[in-house]
Amino acid sequence: MNGATGMARTAWDCLRALLGDDAYDRYVAHRHERHPGEAVLDRREFYLAELDRRWARINRCC
Amino acid sequence: MTTSRLARGALWAGIAIAGAAAFGGIALNRGESINALWFVVAAVSTYLIGYRFYSGWIATRVCGLDATRATPAERLDNGRDFMPTHRSIVFGHHFAAIAGAGPLIGPTLAAQFGYLPGTLWLLVGAVLAGCVQDMLVLFCSTRRDGKSLAHLARDELGRFGAAAAMLGTLFIMIILMAVLALVVVKAMAHSPWSTATVFATIPIAILVGIYLRFLRPGRVMEATVIGVSLLLLAVAAGGWVDHHPVLHGWFDLGERALAGFVIAYGFVAAILPVWLLLAPRDYLSTFVKLGVVFLLAFAIVILQPEIHMPAITRFVDGTGPIFSGELFPFLFITLACGAISGFHALVASGTTPKLIARETDVRMVGYGSMALESFVAIMALVAACVLDPGVFFAINTAAGVVGADPATATATISSWGFPVSPGQMQELAASMGEQSLYGRTGGAPSLAVGMAHIFGSAFGDGLFAVWYHFAIMFEAVFILTVLDAGTRVGRFIMQDALGAIWEPLGRTSWGPSAWAASILVCAGWGYFLYIGVLDPNGGINILWPLFGMANQMLAAIALAVVTAIFVKSGRLRYAWVPGLPLAWLVTVTTTAAIQKITSDDPRIGFFAAAQDLATRLASGILPPERAAVAPKLIFNLQLDGWLTAALLAIVWIIVLDMARGCWLHLTGRRVATSTESPFVATRLA
Repeated sequence: MNGATGMARTAWDCLRALLGDDAYDRYVAHRHERHPGEAVLDRREFYLAELDRRWARINRCC
Repeated sequence: MTTSRLARGALWAGIAIAGAAAFGGIALNRGESINALWFVVAAVSTYLIGYRFYSGWIATRVCGLDATRATPAERLDNGRDFMPTHRSIVFGHHFAAIAGAGPLIGPTLAAQFGYLPGTLWLLVGAVLAGCVQDMLVLFCSTRRDGKSLAHLARDELGRFGAAAAMLGTLFIMIILMAVLALVVVKAMAHSPWSTATVFATIPIAILVGIYLRFLRPGRVMEATVIGVSLLLLAVAAGGWVDHHPVLHGWFDLGERALAGFVIAYGFVAAILPVWLLLAPRDYLSTFVKLGVVFLLAFAIVILQPEIHMPAITRFVDGTGPIFSGELFPFLFITLACGAISGFHALVASGTTPKLIARETDVRMVGYGSMALESFVAIMALVAACVLDPGVFFAINTAAGVVGADPATATATISSWGFPVSPGQMQELAASMGEQSLYGRTGGAPSLAVGMAHIFGSAFGDGLFAVWYHFAIMFEAVFILTVLDAGTRVGRFIMQDALGAIWEPLGRTSWGPSAWAASILVCAGWGYFLYIGVLDPNGGINILWPLFGMANQMLAAIALAVVTAIFVKSGRLRYAWVPGLPLAWLVTVTTTAAIQKITSDDPRIGFFAAAQDLATRLASGILPPERAAVAPKLIFNLQLDGWLTAALLAIVWIIVLDMARGCWLHLTGRRVATSTESPFVATRLA
């Protein structure tokens, strides 16, 4: 039972990571770990800033 | 210990035997049909053996991948683009980025030669060239802080090499966008169901964008699930539109009107904020793309459809109706992305190296993703070859080649030895919910018919029309994503270049500059799209070879950069690993380009075709509607000829420049400074 839920959990985490659903959580974790006490962008600011960065260069192919 | 070694040896011997047997079965089959499972077995064994042995050898001996060396993702970790990420996630990201419409369309077109040539090159080319290129570029970029191909080219080949790489990139993007836009236009022409479904994807993407921006910022998963459900609904709703007395007429549009819509769409999408249309569309397209790839693999394994295409057709002699030219070099030019794609070098030196957590992951991400991409191409080839050959040619051959009315077209195709009747085509079109499937060039409709055939049989028939339009929607969604994203990136490249002429033009956030550059890029691909729509021979037969040559030349540029790095970084004895694919690509593209420029055959040579058309125009034998567009086609053919010559010159200058640099280095006349980032030990557990 534990194995099955564990596998489902991993699959779910992978799917989230693939779509970028967990990008904000990872960013917050990174800021807390490396730059504790400093300001953190909120979810919306982070989302918009990320989009601008990501779509400024080639990331889709033929 | 020894038993496990023995067991492993037996396992790999088994894989090798299975692969060899499958290859033998495919190559020697002389029956009426052959089971598609042979292709799956041959492909998977080839990838496994290539991955296990060749990529393993490259990883340890050639590159010396070092798990103790900190990667840029670790050293420069900023929680955003530089971020150590689990290798299966990087694999997924990288695969989603490199997999596009190319490996679906190329193999479909190349099926005119029969199933065998395409299958062989997709497998051999991927294992020895394509996967190697992706892996080596990823390796070189990872060792250099994730620098881009243009940056690597500047460091290794100098300013000229960098400028050539940039120019090549811009050109291939413009041709790519034109040819993909043409594919969508051909699929939507006079098909209210397809048009309505594809148009519906635009408001759906905007809705998802608003959800992600205002309602639930950044909740990509929820938004994607909502969006994909709406897309499926749109496929069904398209069927309703098709049967609606008034709406049917609204969406029943011709190619010229649709081309106008697509160009306007590309421009608007490129200047709108990314969050509104581009990003949400990409989430949907990635999800649908990965879903369809797995669904198709599953369906092929479950259903094991029969392949009806012969192993080799008579068109290897160069008289092919879908595109002209002999097997060598045009098979390689046409298949392009499924075997080796220069565009991948841009991704492998872009987002991906910044995510690699451990240097040894380069093997799985670089080599592995390309193997999977090649497998997608094999599935596209299977989907094309499960069709009756007569039907395949009737869908993919332009009216200008076989005649416009059903009786003439089917009679011409039957006379080639691929029997097909008007009744058969009518019945097929009706079962797919279309008025007509004749002359739908570009590969997307025939792939959709093949997929509908496979899905319909595997998951319940009677839904052919829905599956067909689902497949069209699937192709259109990510083709439109390429149009938005490509126009936007093309705009940045253009602004970068214009900035060198007048500084303010280089400011990406300056409105007038952004508008001007977007208009230039859209005008570039819009022009080729417009000419493609006018061309009675379908347009694809001109644009696809041009795209294939540009793509393969970009791959040659990338491999030239890697070869230069190898020679200068003490890997001379392994320089053949990138050097042999480089020599092959230079041979193929040079042969193709020279034929395209100098051939006297108007079906192959651009200038010969222009001359031929001019003669026919002057003699007054062209019907009036053809005579009206002839001057534009003549100009375009000459332009294509000159562009091919320019591309050829760029590649040769880069290769010779690379060879000269290596020679100077080897004879000790120029001392190379290492361009690698210094070694730092990893701290990741």
